Order: sequence, then C-alpha cells, then structure tokens
Amino acid sequence: MTQQRSLRFFYIALGLIAIGGLIAIWMVRQSNAARTAAREAGPVPVNAAGFEGWVMGSDSAAVEIVEYADFECGACAHFSILTGPDIRDRLVASGRVRWRFRDFPLQGHPNSPAAHHAAACAGEQGRFWEMQEQIFYNQARWARDRRPGRRIRDYARAVGLDMGQYDDCMDEQRYVGQIQASYQEGLAVGVSSTPSFVIGDLLVIGSLPYDSVVALVERAERRLQQ
Amino acid sequence: MAAAVLALIGLLISVYLWLWKIGVLGELVCFDGGCETVQLSEYAYFLGIPVALLGLIGYLAILAVSLVGIQPRWVERREPTLALIALSGLGVAYSAYLTYLEAAVIHAWCQWCVISAVLICLTFIAALAGLWEVPREGSAGA
Repeated sequence: MTQQRSLRFFYIALGLIAIGGLIAIWMVRQSNAARTAAREAGPVPVNAAGFEGWVMGSDSAAVEIVEYADFECGACAHFSILTGPDIRDRLVASGRVRWRFRDFPLQGHPNSPAAHHAAACAGEQGRFWEMQEQIFYNQARWARDRRPGRRIRDYARAVGLDMGQYDDCMDEQRYVGQIQASYQEGLAVGVSSTPSFVIGDLLVIGSLPYDSVVALVERAERRLQQ
Repeated sequence: MAAAVLALIGLLISVYLWLWKIGVLGELVCFDGGCETVQLSEYAYFLGIPVALLGLIGYLAILAVSLVGIQPRWVERREPTLALIALSGLGVAYSAYLTYLEAAVIHAWCQWCVISAVLICLTFIAALAGLWEVPREGSAGA
C-alpha cells in the first residue's frame, strides 16, 4: 500500500517534470515566433540607386561578363562550382575579363531571397565571393530547409564575418531593395532564366562550359578591335 | 526511479533538439552558437536519421524500461535492470563518440549534447547501482 502510494507520487512528479519541460519548449517557440514576426514587419529599404552588382577583376579589362544567377538554381551552382574556378584563375586573374554578378532570385525558389540577402550582407564586409562560394557549394543543404537562415548564418561565420554586423544587416533587411533592383535590371535586358550571361553585346542563356566562355570572350574581343 | 527521471530530462532535451531540427522552433537557445554548428554538421545524422531523433527514441526506450522496472511484478526481477544497462551503455558509447567529434572534428560544443552525455552517463551509473539492489534469482527473500 505504501509502495503504491509512493509510486503514485513518483508518477505525479514525473508528469510535472514532463509538463514543465514541454511548457518551456513551447515558450521558446512562442518567443522565437514573436521575434520573427517583428523582423518581418520591419521597414524594407527600396533605394538601390547606383548598385552595379558584385564585381571581380580589373576595371581596365576589355571584356565584361555579367552573370545573372539565382542561389537556389542548380545549374547556377553547377556552373559556379565547375566553371567558376577556371574563369577566375585564367580569365579574371589575368586581367582579360571583368566578372559582374547580379542577383536574379527566381520566384519559385522560396529560400533564394534569404541566400541573396546573406550574400549581400557578406558583401558589405568585403566577403561576397567567399559567401557566394559557401552558398553554392552547400546549396543542396540549405535549399531544403524550412528556415534556411540558421544554416546560412553558419556559412557567414565560416567566411569570417563580424556576426553582430551580419545579424543587424539581416534583421534590417538592408539589401532587399538592391536585390530587387538587380532583378528588375535583369528583366530589362531580357533575362528570364538562370544562369544567363551578358558577354559583350550578347545575351547567353544557360550554363556554359569553360571553352564556350573563352570562345565568347574571344568573339567580344574581336568585335572591340573592329 | 532515478533512471526514469534522468531519461525523462534527456527525452525533453531530445524533443527540443529534434523540433529545432525539423524547423518548428526557430532559433536554438545556445550559449555561443556552437549548438547550431554541431547540429548542422554532417555528424548530426546517423544513417540518414537525425541524431536528435535517435536520442528521442533511445531516451523513450530507457524511460519505458525504467517504468516497467519499478512495477511491483517486475521490481524483484533482473531483466529490466539488465535491459536498462544495455540501453544506457549503448547511449554512453554513442555519446562518447559524439563528444569526441565535437572536441576533435567539429571543434564546436553543443551544450545540450554535453548535458545529454552527462545524463546518459548518470543513467548508466543508476542502472548499474540497480543491479546491486535487485536480489539475484534464487536468493529472493533470503
């Protein structure tokens, strides 16, 4: 009888611990939800005047390639990982080509805006290209997340950003307007899918192997000499 | 009884980490961000299953066995205690491996994982202590 009573007290204590724990988890969830809602309701800057994209390479390079890409697009990641290093090492580093990246987040990609904004916040600290590399290399992971911000924040830390400044930038949605302007500019030049490239006076749609990029650069160089 | 309480606390931690993993909770409460680094690493999965979910299942099993072991019809028998030792022993071994990964491979500490490792060690010790309390077969009532 005494044993049964002590068991009953034990079950009650166990139940109280379980309820307490679940309430604590629920409170954490509510607190996070309230913080997220506050962020979403914040002001969104729309002034993107003068933003020309993210540039790599010499100002005096004869040929410029403008890439319009979406961070959640598989072909863009494929291009960046397979062809990007050759372009950087053999065309940009030699001063032959200047590379310009423009944001073109596609509407069917729900996680893309967060990735583009994170890259812009990294660009604010001079680490756009490092962040771009992290985002493309890890695309298969963050693109499947319901809330990609957590994982992308890890990439921001990995590329050595000041995390306080990064968090402020993300919270304020500082570059939403700039990204939107970049997208609009892409539409204006005829971009409708990613990746797309403007090489000289030519708009090229779809991913390219390195040899094709070189052939198009040579074509642009020939046209400049004419 | 101690094993049941420890398993319940471990279970709540696993539930918390698993809910975060599936995106229900938002940000993870963590001292220095190490929890996210660990939870987002490739080691946060075992055979494609989130480790947090494995912990949840493991702690649930330990809790169930602990509760069975304190029932009047089982309290004098050794089987629940032996099952508890086996389950928590497995948990200790896996937690030791995860702690090694945090220290030597990932280079980040997840406080929740460390707390869980301590809990599973205490559960194992409690289970071992239970072995001495349970009379051996044939000597019951001696």
